[in-house]
Amino acid sequence: MPPMDAVLSDPAFQNRSQAAYNKQPPPSARLPWMDAFFKNLTRFFAFFVFSILAAILISLLYHSQLTLAKFGFGFLFVDEWDPVKEEFGALVPIYGTLVSSAIAMIIGIPVSFGIALFLTELSPNWLKRPLGTAIEMLAAIPSIIYGMWGLFVFAPLFGEYVQPVLVKLLGPLPIFGPLFKGPSMGIGMLTAGIILAVMVIPFITAVMRDVFELVPAMFKESAYGLGATTWEVVWNVVLPYTKIGVVGGVMLGLGRALGETMAVTFVIGNSHRLSASLLAPGNSIASSLANEFTEAVGALHSSALIELGLILFLITTIVLALSKLLLQQLAKHEGTKS
Amino acid sequence: MNEQLQIENPKLTVHDLNFYYGKFQAIKSVSMDIPEKKVTAFIGPSGCGKSTLLRVFNRLYELYPGQRAEGEIRLDGANILDRDQDITLLRAKVGMVFQKPTPFPMSIYDNISFGVKLYENLSRGEMDERVEWALSKAALWKEVKDKLNQSGSSLSGGQQQRLCIARGIAIKPEVLLLDEPCSALDPISTSRIEELVNELKADYTVVIVTHNMQQAARVSDFTAYMYLGELIEFGATDNIFIKPKRKETEDYITGRFG
Repeated sequence: MPPMDAVLSDPAFQNRSQAAYNKQPPPSARLPWMDAFFKNLTRFFAFFVFSILAAILISLLYHSQLTLAKFGFGFLFVDEWDPVKEEFGALVPIYGTLVSSAIAMIIGIPVSFGIALFLTELSPNWLKRPLGTAIEMLAAIPSIIYGMWGLFVFAPLFGEYVQPVLVKLLGPLPIFGPLFKGPSMGIGMLTAGIILAVMVIPFITAVMRDVFELVPAMFKESAYGLGATTWEVVWNVVLPYTKIGVVGGVMLGLGRALGETMAVTFVIGNSHRLSASLLAPGNSIASSLANEFTEAVGALHSSALIELGLILFLITTIVLALSKLLLQQLAKHEGTKS
Repeated sequence: MNEQLQIENPKLTVHDLNFYYGKFQAIKSVSMDIPEKKVTAFIGPSGCGKSTLLRVFNRLYELYPGQRAEGEIRLDGANILDRDQDITLLRAKVGMVFQKPTPFPMSIYDNISFGVKLYENLSRGEMDERVEWALSKAALWKEVKDKLNQSGSSLSGGQQQRLCIARGIAIKPEVLLLDEPCSALDPISTSRIEELVNELKADYTVVIVTHNMQQAARVSDFTAYMYLGELIEFGATDNIFIKPKRKETEDYITGRFG
């Protein structure tokens, strides 16, 4: 390096700022209106969401006005569904949708939690990637394939080997007994619920794994450092820390289960009869729509089906609202912030 | 190596300890005695193995595959690196506090009772007493006694760290490991923690890792200087800071290195 004095006395150095000032900035490629344009564009996209939502709601209401006027609230509580006599009630599909989704959640949440726990806390490193990829691939399988697999492979095996055992073991029980009665046909509410569980597990697992991995190592170490076991760490520290994400993942799965159409249509049995037994065929809102929409000739029948769609829309909205309430309750339990 | 310091009643006796992160050896043949009911500080530049050594004392490294320790550490006579050592019991005896406060996502009360519940089945009244005891020990009781049901994360950073110390002592350990407990705190909170460390040594064997040499000089009775995985010098804090035996220690302490 040259000595400092030499550098300082160098004319090029002394004129450095002047040279910088004299240099013309390159012509800007940015135009002033672009910023405003971009801002309005994104705002337009954002409000587009609102307008779509409103449009769907309005058209559902508009096209179902015939049945809304004729049956009123009674539509929700009647189990009659007779296109010939034009008597419509939504109780069977509502019941089917809620029960099959509930079965899916009862099976799916613990299994997903177990998989996510294994993946983040217990799995050896070499197994993490293949297992994670397998789960993501499970999520990518189209629902019609689950439906076909359920109808041709799972349902016959289930009816042959599992359902008779359930009837024998659980049938005689006092409270749960009626849920497990009747002939073993393979298809039915329980089968639909199990297929749905298989379908939602990858979604819930993927979200749970992602949020579990976000927990800072030091938090887990603090709990392990107190002598807690893996289970105690996950249950008492990881899960409360990630509860918003976990509830979000569960809601994602529940949303899929409530609206799932093809797979459920294949295995639920499509019967408009209310039955206490989970082994009996039933119907869900989405599968009713899929089955009957093309055949609905009467205006009242179409209107009834569209009202079913409206009800499904409302059910998902209520579920979303309940999940927000649940989170608020959890926050209260944890103690108020600041 | 220097001759080993003779300590009258050691709580932890480390003998020929080696530690590996996979193939990398982070601790090289360290032997030392940690005195009972004194504060021992580990100092040294980043990556010298001082935090690693601390994490061997409660076998926290076992959470991660590929990390392993060889050698012997005796706690009250038993080798804690033995395979049949009950890890839970070890961690009940050897508590740890980390660089950043880590209050669990629960109320202040539950933060303390969480660890206690792992080992003891206390009645509500006994638990209330224990929580008050631990929080008083950690000099936090007066500040939080009216808001035990609030979230632990609602406290300030310094309070959170004292909460973590309270959580550690609530299970009545014998050794308390502090891994740079003040590195995320302001000077006032730091001095409160230092006072606390001074009081804690009446009942506990405290081992503290610190980057701050003044802190080591202020709070510790004994100081160990580590460099590149080796224990360079270990002795009474006054000796280490006033007349270190080794040139390397002197260079580090006087700021010519590190």
